[in-house]
Amino acid sequence: MLEIINLHASIDDQPILRGIDLAVNAGEVHAVMGPNGSGKSTLAQVLAGRDSYTVTAGEVRYCGRNLLELSPEERAREGIFLAFQYPVEIPGVANIYLLKAAINARRKHRGEAELDAMDFLALVKDKLKFMGMDEALLYRHVNQGFSGGEKKRNEILQMALLEPRLAILDETDSGLDIDALKVVAAGVEAMRSPARAIILVTHYQRLLDYVVPDRVHVLSQGRIVRSGGPELALELERRGYGWIDAGEAERVGAAP
Amino acid sequence: MASEALRLEELIDRGYQQGFYTALETDTVARGLDEDVVRLISAKKNEPEFMREWRLKAYRHWLTLAEPRWSSIVHPPIDYQAISYYSAPKSRKDGPQSLADVDPALLRTYEKLGVPLAERELLAGVAVDAVFDSVSVATTFKDKLAELGIIFCSFSEAVQEHPALVRQYLGSVVPYTDNYFATLNSAVFSDGSFCYIPPGVRCPMELSTYFRINAINTGQFERTLIIADKGAYVSYLEGCTAPMRDENQLHAAVVELIALEDAQIKYATVQNWYPGDKEGRGGIYNFVTKRGDCRGANSRISWTQVETGSAITWKYPSVILQGDNSVGEFRSVALTNNYQQADTGTKMIHLGRNTKSTIISKGIAAGHGRNAYRGLVKVAKNAANARNYTQCDSLLMGDRCAAHTFPYIEVKNATARVEHEASTSRIGEDQLFYCQSRGIGPEDAVSMIVNGFCKEVFKELPMEFAVEAQKLLGVSLEGSIG
Amino acid sequence: MNALVADRFVADFERVKALLPGAYVPWLQLAREEAFTAFLDKGFPTLRDEDWKYTSVAPIEKSRFVLTPAAAKSCNDLGGVGTQALPGARLLVFIDGRHAPELSRLGALPAGVTVDSLAAMLEREPERLQAALACPAAGYASGFAALNAAFVSDGAYVHLAAGAELEEPLQLLFLATAANLATHSRNVVVAGAGSRVRIVEQHASLNAGAYFSNVVTDIEAGRGAAVEHHKLQQEGPQAFHIAAVNAALGGDASFASSSFAFGGALARTAINVGLNGAKAQCSLDGLTMTDGRQHVDHHTRIDHAQPQCSSREFYKGVLDGASRTVFNGKVIVRAGAQQSDALQTNRNLLLSDQAEADTKPQLEIWADDVKCGHGATVGQLDPDQIFYLRARGVDAAAARALLVFAFANEVVERIRWLPLRARLERLLRARLPHGAGALQ
Repeated sequence: MLEIINLHASIDDQPILRGIDLAVNAGEVHAVMGPNGSGKSTLAQVLAGRDSYTVTAGEVRYCGRNLLELSPEERAREGIFLAFQYPVEIPGVANIYLLKAAINARRKHRGEAELDAMDFLALVKDKLKFMGMDEALLYRHVNQGFSGGEKKRNEILQMALLEPRLAILDETDSGLDIDALKVVAAGVEAMRSPARAIILVTHYQRLLDYVVPDRVHVLSQGRIVRSGGPELALELERRGYGWIDAGEAERVGAAP
Repeated sequence: MASEALRLEELIDRGYQQGFYTALETDTVARGLDEDVVRLISAKKNEPEFMREWRLKAYRHWLTLAEPRWSSIVHPPIDYQAISYYSAPKSRKDGPQSLADVDPALLRTYEKLGVPLAERELLAGVAVDAVFDSVSVATTFKDKLAELGIIFCSFSEAVQEHPALVRQYLGSVVPYTDNYFATLNSAVFSDGSFCYIPPGVRCPMELSTYFRINAINTGQFERTLIIADKGAYVSYLEGCTAPMRDENQLHAAVVELIALEDAQIKYATVQNWYPGDKEGRGGIYNFVTKRGDCRGANSRISWTQVETGSAITWKYPSVILQGDNSVGEFRSVALTNNYQQADTGTKMIHLGRNTKSTIISKGIAAGHGRNAYRGLVKVAKNAANARNYTQCDSLLMGDRCAAHTFPYIEVKNATARVEHEASTSRIGEDQLFYCQSRGIGPEDAVSMIVNGFCKEVFKELPMEFAVEAQKLLGVSLEGSIG
Repeated sequence: MNALVADRFVADFERVKALLPGAYVPWLQLAREEAFTAFLDKGFPTLRDEDWKYTSVAPIEKSRFVLTPAAAKSCNDLGGVGTQALPGARLLVFIDGRHAPELSRLGALPAGVTVDSLAAMLEREPERLQAALACPAAGYASGFAALNAAFVSDGAYVHLAAGAELEEPLQLLFLATAANLATHSRNVVVAGAGSRVRIVEQHASLNAGAYFSNVVTDIEAGRGAAVEHHKLQQEGPQAFHIAAVNAALGGDASFASSSFAFGGALARTAINVGLNGAKAQCSLDGLTMTDGRQHVDHHTRIDHAQPQCSSREFYKGVLDGASRTVFNGKVIVRAGAQQSDALQTNRNLLLSDQAEADTKPQLEIWADDVKCGHGATVGQLDPDQIFYLRARGVDAAAARALLVFAFANEVVERIRWLPLRARLERLLRARLPHGAGALQ
């Protein structure tokens, strides 16, 4: 579904991604881990089409298409969903309005009829209940005055509604208490399906206790330096990122 | 912190600590101002023709101007003909060649003030261009600075030794036509400091001057010119205290800063001129024009000021952000007690691209004090991506004081982001109660809270200045509590 | 003011003064003469006046306008009236500054409520207007105020006795139909103790070209009265609009004001609120949306004269084209006005490189036990917000339109009367930049 080949990206001429290679198939859950500054969030943002990053080399294929030539909204309509690490507050725009606009933009793109208000509301309420969210949140402005946990749940709610083909969760677990983490994890787990791929970008192992990934990749200095099964995350948890960095330094140092 | 341990009661009983008077013979020109006086000042200083002509042009322009009336300050009319425009310590005639030659009475005065001259300056690592009345009488560390190519001397000396530099930069930031007081200064300025940092040089020490007003009926018209050439860095400290005086005295200084490409100038002031007595009698009128020009790309100018003195303070240290990516900063604490008035703030003029400015203003008004922040943030049409953040907070103590905030924001470029926030409040009873319930007396609590209120500004001051500033706040708040 | 212009006004005044409403009322004659003298003395404000620093009225001074005809012209059916009427409101219509009874729809008024045109009141009971039409104790605020007092021709008179209530909102609709006309309208609202009234003052044009409307609305809210005043300025694209709303509040009174400025080539609204009794409170909301070469100015002044009053101010501007907006908001807390609580916000959104926003929030505080603050920002749409919306599938143009709408709608959302809110939302949508289709 997603194939990243030798991806390089920079911001303000500062290289962040230095050659990422990654393939994700439908039905798989991949975890991308790494220390702060390793480029995890940049990868997520570049995949969603953030224009403050410049792709300097490499390519990204998504369902057979060149992802990099699509605008952020086209990517969204093609089924890519990014759960933001820091969901943006939008004063003056009701949460429910955004949800409806997003769903209908997607439906229209697929040639489906837009949902009417009743069907939409029924759908949203159902998902809200699953996420343990208060209905009042629908009528508040997007993320404004939401607690950290509410913002993250709101992202997962959007994901559940939009039913993406490829979901990228950027540190959705950070800043959550254990109860909220369980709710978010259940939301992600419920999304697991043979037709869908999920990329979990995370710093810690703890989300992976609840959502067990098929593959784990470790990012360091803009490259994937280790890939493995779920056991790799556990090893990281035990030995810390220093282990990877030391290894990486050795490897880089040894290079001619 | 040492400052917070300071006992406010002790300070309260001290009165104006710097209130003493040095008996010195002075060489004073008769009161009054006309072209002859301007010529006389120029002649006494043995100035080249271009200086004399510049002064005369300024004087003639001054005659066409009227005192500005737009600020919130009020004062009885100033009789400009009752002021003597020139005085110099007589010992100057012989020319002190070293500290040993300096009038001992003068040295004692500095000692009382705590000016780190002689041994102490070495320990403090401070080079001092001490200005006593109108003429610079002692300059130190010059040799050391000269090795780096840094010129740091009195303005008069610069006119003699470096006329080309003076001619190139004088009036290039504050033209002689700028405003009533700056124009007057241009005509009659007596002396001041001159500083030039050559390209790529980082001035290794804080440069500083101490200003004093002493002789009766002598206006002070200082002129300071600082140039940081490409890639240069300098931090400059200006501190002033003044002896107790009964009559109002006019102080109309001009400071011009020029930062070329990649240069940085930090200018810090602690202003503690005599504020007048409890009934508002006497005190200095401090009408100052300070402006910096970020002339080159990536240059940076910061103004930090602590204004606790003077009967009236009227000053707006400003930055013209010409160079692309240049940065201007203004941080101010202004305190008015008894009948003091302050109308102060800044102008940030964004002309270049990607220019940034920050304004932090903390006003404290007590007694019958009046405290106004007046500021302008202007983003010109071509100043793409300009950024400004302004925060103005006022603290009120007592129901007869006043605090005003007058920001002007003018934005002509759609990529600009300008943010202004202001608040006015008094010291919270809950804050005081909290401190008291922890065993802290009300005066100490107030001192603590006021110092906390000003912390953002104090932290920008060099250490010894920060301590002095905190002391001054305590002394200046005398009688405002209870 | 140059002598030629002055002469022109002198000639106008001499010509029309005997034809203006209440011309035979001696105190009014005197008041008009005094006001006219004050106008000649003050002249038009210039950029040197601090209060007019950013707004040049030279185009008004230079233009030659005809004065309001002495008698109300008979009105043909004006299609515009029907579409402007707000559902459920009582309607008082003025065409070119003159009351048009046949287009008005006041209905039966409850006891204790008087609503009529100013001109009719001057015929019937002029003494009830004597206080309102006399020169204010502090003199006229500007040449425009004096000009209005000298030439005032009509307007609305609203009086509520103590405890009276006008349940349905009152819509004052001022329609301009004639080009080159100068109208000087005055609205007088006297709300007795404990009374309640909601007024919508709307200024619109029916293809009138260039004209000048100079409006003054005086509001007196007695002890405990609750007055709402909503001003909709939708003047024609070539129009000049100078307006003042002066509200004086007694103790415990409340005043909710909003000012929406969409129209005019050059428009300025000054809102002055005197919190003259303890515990009075006011909220001032405003929205300016400009495009082309429009110049729109809002000046507000809130005077906390007595203790324990509160004021809230929330003004926004959306600037497109080569337009320019000015916001000047002054809050004064007088000595002794302890426990004053004042908060002022001004936010501006620049959508175009040619636009210019000038803002000047001011605090003048003479008491210590106060909580006062203000904030002002000038900026553009937040790229993070745009990206967030795009990442949810909303296209870039629609995302921008949505964010502009959201920004402006924050002011509209404060309106409590739903029909007015709905009208404003519609007006907002109509003014959005391209891509607004997605918002329907």
